[in-house]
Amino acid sequence: MNPLLAQLRRTLLYLIAWIPLAGLLAYLLAMSRQIRPEEAVALAVPLCLFYAFFCLSAWYPCRTTPIDGVSLEKLLMTHVGGALVAAGIWTFAAWVLAWILSSSVSAFRGLNERLFPSLPVILVTGILLYLLSVFFYYVLIALDASRAAEARVMHMSILAREAELKALKAQVNPHFLFNSLNSISALTSSDPAKAREMCVLLGDFLRRTLGLGEKSAIPLEEEMSLIHAFLAVEKTRFGARLHMEEAIAKDALAVDVPPLLLQPLVENAISHGIANLVDGGWIHLDVGCENGSVSIVVENLFDPEAPARRKGGVGLANVRQRLQARYGNRATFEAKGEGDRFRVAITLPAGKSSEREVAAQ
Amino acid sequence: MNFEAARKIRAVVVDDEELARQILREFLSSHPEIELVAECANGFEAVKAVAELKPDLVFLDIQMPKLDGFEVLELIGNETAVVFVTAHDNFAIRAFEVHAVDYLMKPVGASRFEAALKRAKERLEGKGPSNAASAAELAAAARPPAQYLERIPVRDGARVFIIPVAKLDYVEAQDDYVALASDGKKHLKQQTIASLETALDPSRFLRVHRSYIVNLERVAKIEPYLKDSHVAVLTTGAQLPVSRAGYARLREFLDR
Repeated sequence: MNPLLAQLRRTLLYLIAWIPLAGLLAYLLAMSRQIRPEEAVALAVPLCLFYAFFCLSAWYPCRTTPIDGVSLEKLLMTHVGGALVAAGIWTFAAWVLAWILSSSVSAFRGLNERLFPSLPVILVTGILLYLLSVFFYYVLIALDASRAAEARVMHMSILAREAELKALKAQVNPHFLFNSLNSISALTSSDPAKAREMCVLLGDFLRRTLGLGEKSAIPLEEEMSLIHAFLAVEKTRFGARLHMEEAIAKDALAVDVPPLLLQPLVENAISHGIANLVDGGWIHLDVGCENGSVSIVVENLFDPEAPARRKGGVGLANVRQRLQARYGNRATFEAKGEGDRFRVAITLPAGKSSEREVAAQ
Repeated sequence: MNFEAARKIRAVVVDDEELARQILREFLSSHPEIELVAECANGFEAVKAVAELKPDLVFLDIQMPKLDGFEVLELIGNETAVVFVTAHDNFAIRAFEVHAVDYLMKPVGASRFEAALKRAKERLEGKGPSNAASAAELAAAARPPAQYLERIPVRDGARVFIIPVAKLDYVEAQDDYVALASDGKKHLKQQTIASLETALDPSRFLRVHRSYIVNLERVAKIEPYLKDSHVAVLTTGAQLPVSRAGYARLREFLDR
């Protein structure tokens, strides 16, 4: 279906666009001095109405001959050929109309003979008008394509967001769960009270992470309490091997961060750092807030000669990707090991939830 | 039943987490026929304990400090029955490829533990190692695909050395053993040169002779020697014979 016929509004607009063209044609005809202005108008208006509908047919060759899908020769042949045929028919119609007018209206007598020298003008105008509609249709097609591309990009970004959410949910490492359950199982006989406490801690941590899946950002304070719940569980497993130190700037606590952004860093520090050290080690978490950006540093001891863990680095890569997807180059991510220390440093723009809500309104 | 089987089964538990050791200890305590002779918190301790105590059965965690469970198994040989105990399910295939008796998943249940113990006893009564191939061969075969060795654990008595492959100068075959030359020392390991060759990154190590693999970064120059053969001089000063085929491989590599 021709897009111009798909809606009545569009069809009307299209016909209105032809009014100046009819005027132009009348002017061209009247220029010849053989044809009086009223005769020119009487010819031009029906002719343009006819041609307006006729040119709608240019849509079909345009659609079947995509502009960058075929060779230039074929493109030219199709449309120049179409233009010649269309303009030929139009010129013939003009002559027939003139003949009818001259034979039926006494004031227009002899119009067909006087029109004869102007027929080439009509032919050329017809060719140009046809090519103009071809051009118009190609613009329309290109617009459609770009709109479709835009919709696709939109769709992709929705998919990416969904993928991020999925990743978030999957981030609670199942091995953390299995190991914790194993510890609880061990405690049930030796220290039932401790086992119960650990069940509560684990439940607390899980409940917090489950609720976060739907949120796009949470205050740092909330993320910190999640980390504390996580550490409380890990502390039971690793005992004295795990030391955590924190230095959090007070004004950073209210800053918004993507949920579960820091927790994987701490988990990484434990599973790739502390877990590989016979006597354990420390993790240092440092959060500062300056000039509208938050800087987060997680540093821990690790054994550079530890056996390679195959899944190593997935958690970090995930954090890096999420930062990249959300903030682009407004966020930085740096992870490197130096000697027996591993350090992950992140900066991201500081936004507060209250500000964001205001912006959303 | 002969008197060999009537003696107690001597077991070692290896896990870096105290609570994980505790639960195995508890399960074992209801079996008077089993004596828990050692508990280890890392791979080094495990290799030492196995070398010194020669237990029949080892419960082995996989992810541990210093040496992982597979490296421990590679070093302790196949005289000992091994039951892996881990929270990860992705090592199971590898575990059975190195002839582990069983693969227990954390959290470990009592009935599953009993089943593993039963299998271990059957294995122990089945007299000796299940397979003639050495543990190192099996471990090499079970290496995850498309991954080359980054480090080679070597045991000398109860002591363990870890040789990062970057520090490995060359490998020399000596009967059923390979001698690994690194930092001016030679470490012996029970493994064939062919299986070690497949475990090493071919873009870094080349078999230049039936009995030699060389670290290409160490090759200083190649000199002709007698007819048809060459000798590779390493940056360390060592001289290795290069066979005709080895020379062809070396040329091919250098021309690339």
